[in-house]
Amino acid sequence: MIGRRRPAPEEFDPTQPLVATGNLARRHLANRLAQGLAIAAAIAAVAVLVIVVWAVVSHGIKAISWDFITKGEPDGIGPNLVGTGVIVGIGTLIAMPIGVLIALFLSEYAGRRGARVVQLLMDVMNGLPSIIIAVFVYILIVEPTKQQSGLAAGIALAIIEVPLIARGTQEVLNLVPSAQREAADALGVARWRSVLTIILPAATGGIVTATLLSVARAAGETAPVILLSSLARGDTFQLNPLKELPNVPVRIFQLSEEANPEGFTKAWGLSLVLIAVILVLGLGSRALLNRSKRKLAR
Amino acid sequence: MSATPPARTASLKLARSNRQSPARKRADRFGDIGLRVICLAAAVLAGIVLILIAKEVFEGAHPAISNYGLSFLTTHEWAPPLEKFGGEGLIMGTLITSAIAIFIGAPVAISIGIFLALLAPAGVRNVISPLVEMLAAIPSVILGFWGVIVFGPFVAGTLEPFLHRWLGFIPIFGAPQTVGAGIFTAGLILTIMVIPIIASVSRDLFMAVPRELQDGAAALGSTRWEVIRGVVLPTTLSGMIAATLLGLGRALGEAIAVSQVVGGATESHISLFKTGGTLASIIALQFPSAISAMHYASLYYCAALLLVIGIASNLLASWVGMRFGSAGGVTR
Repeated sequence: MIGRRRPAPEEFDPTQPLVATGNLARRHLANRLAQGLAIAAAIAAVAVLVIVVWAVVSHGIKAISWDFITKGEPDGIGPNLVGTGVIVGIGTLIAMPIGVLIALFLSEYAGRRGARVVQLLMDVMNGLPSIIIAVFVYILIVEPTKQQSGLAAGIALAIIEVPLIARGTQEVLNLVPSAQREAADALGVARWRSVLTIILPAATGGIVTATLLSVARAAGETAPVILLSSLARGDTFQLNPLKELPNVPVRIFQLSEEANPEGFTKAWGLSLVLIAVILVLGLGSRALLNRSKRKLAR
Repeated sequence: MSATPPARTASLKLARSNRQSPARKRADRFGDIGLRVICLAAAVLAGIVLILIAKEVFEGAHPAISNYGLSFLTTHEWAPPLEKFGGEGLIMGTLITSAIAIFIGAPVAISIGIFLALLAPAGVRNVISPLVEMLAAIPSVILGFWGVIVFGPFVAGTLEPFLHRWLGFIPIFGAPQTVGAGIFTAGLILTIMVIPIIASVSRDLFMAVPRELQDGAAALGSTRWEVIRGVVLPTTLSGMIAATLLGLGRALGEAIAVSQVVGGATESHISLFKTGGTLASIIALQFPSAISAMHYASLYYCAALLLVIGIASNLLASWVGMRFGSAGGVTR
């Protein structure tokens, strides 16, 4: 037995342990290698997330204080937070009804071909680089009026948010059981009544989720605000959307372009606040979505 | 027996009221038409905005297009004070950074998709999936800032010298920069940005591959990897291409993070470690301080090029997705 490396097939030896040899061993090796690489890739992605978030948290925590959040420049970033809130609020107020209506059109009214066209439209809109949307709004609003404004930035964010809200809403509308629609039809309820009183209420959770996610995305969008609302100084609180508003992403961008260690600390602080808001929105909307999906599936 | 249940009375009443008084009928007619028209109007509005975007950008670019024509694409001199604008370096920068992102990002992302959809137990998947999506949620400006402070110096100090030492005989791995900014760093930052996009799309693709096909292959004695290679990957090929194009579109159009780490140059070099620029990043960097009408027009020209490339990659992605199998990626 000893010294015989590979038993010939016809000599069957029942005491030999069952291990793969030859070709099968090679296939097992390839299998293990491929699985290992896939696991490594997943670990790498999570590691990058951890490294980035850790860098933001560990540096940013040094900047955070009550004054930092509530005061204006040069001590804090209060006006930037408020400005981003106003801009994102404007964008969401515009985008939410339009996005929901488009989703309704797609799921309730459009025929096959119409739905395909609008769907493609939404895909293209979603894939449009945000810098191009910013340039567009600049040409449309800022150039003629010679005035940057929070409103212009809000409109640009709305164009970014519409396809996100439409897609999220549509996904939930598709989950509304068709039995509910048919029941309403059978009772002779007009279509618009059943849409407004049965289908939309059933999809509320999904609409809120999609809106929260789009808010999270819009809050961090930098390209639009750099072109449309970047001249504000941020030393006092400003609410007038017809003027440029100080905001978070522009400040991070500006500070990262200057080679000033104190500015870097402030930028880390801003990043921490922004990431915290975005992650809370993301997690909250995920929980909400799971809840409303469970409700619909019942 | 004698008393009808109250619920029934109520439903009878409802049925009777639904027997359509003329006023209600009229309201329903207007309501039906009204809601349909409003929904249609919203969809049409989106279409108009999209057309308007193309029109305005091209109109803004018109002075530069009529002045430089297609030579804009082949000259690389970009000197605003001299009124000289050529986009060749920027186009090359855009293509090279995106190529780095896709060549590194797509295989990694698809591996992540395989892991999440086919290999990971449900518990692990439910933890890692949201984390990967969280990576997509990090704003580009923060990723770019991290690139400036943390990642760029690491690339310049460790990664580039390493690659230069071992692969320096290939011209693209030239002498490393002293600062972290450069095409290579920008490409790596873009890689981080495209991975979660491609990964989550391909995860959904792989989850939709019919269980029976996989079980059939397994029953024939295939290892897990052979099931993936022989069944899962071929049936989802078109979907993976579409997902990659989606990531490519994102990489091509990313302005902020790239402008933070690319170094702000406008010419192209053979070495990846030199500074450069991209079509999107030049807009973010120079737009707020553009000095002349022609400077603006040239930046609009860049935007127009970006628009064409971006829409083309998007349409191609939907076409591939539609032409070669459904969104589930299952070929019949």
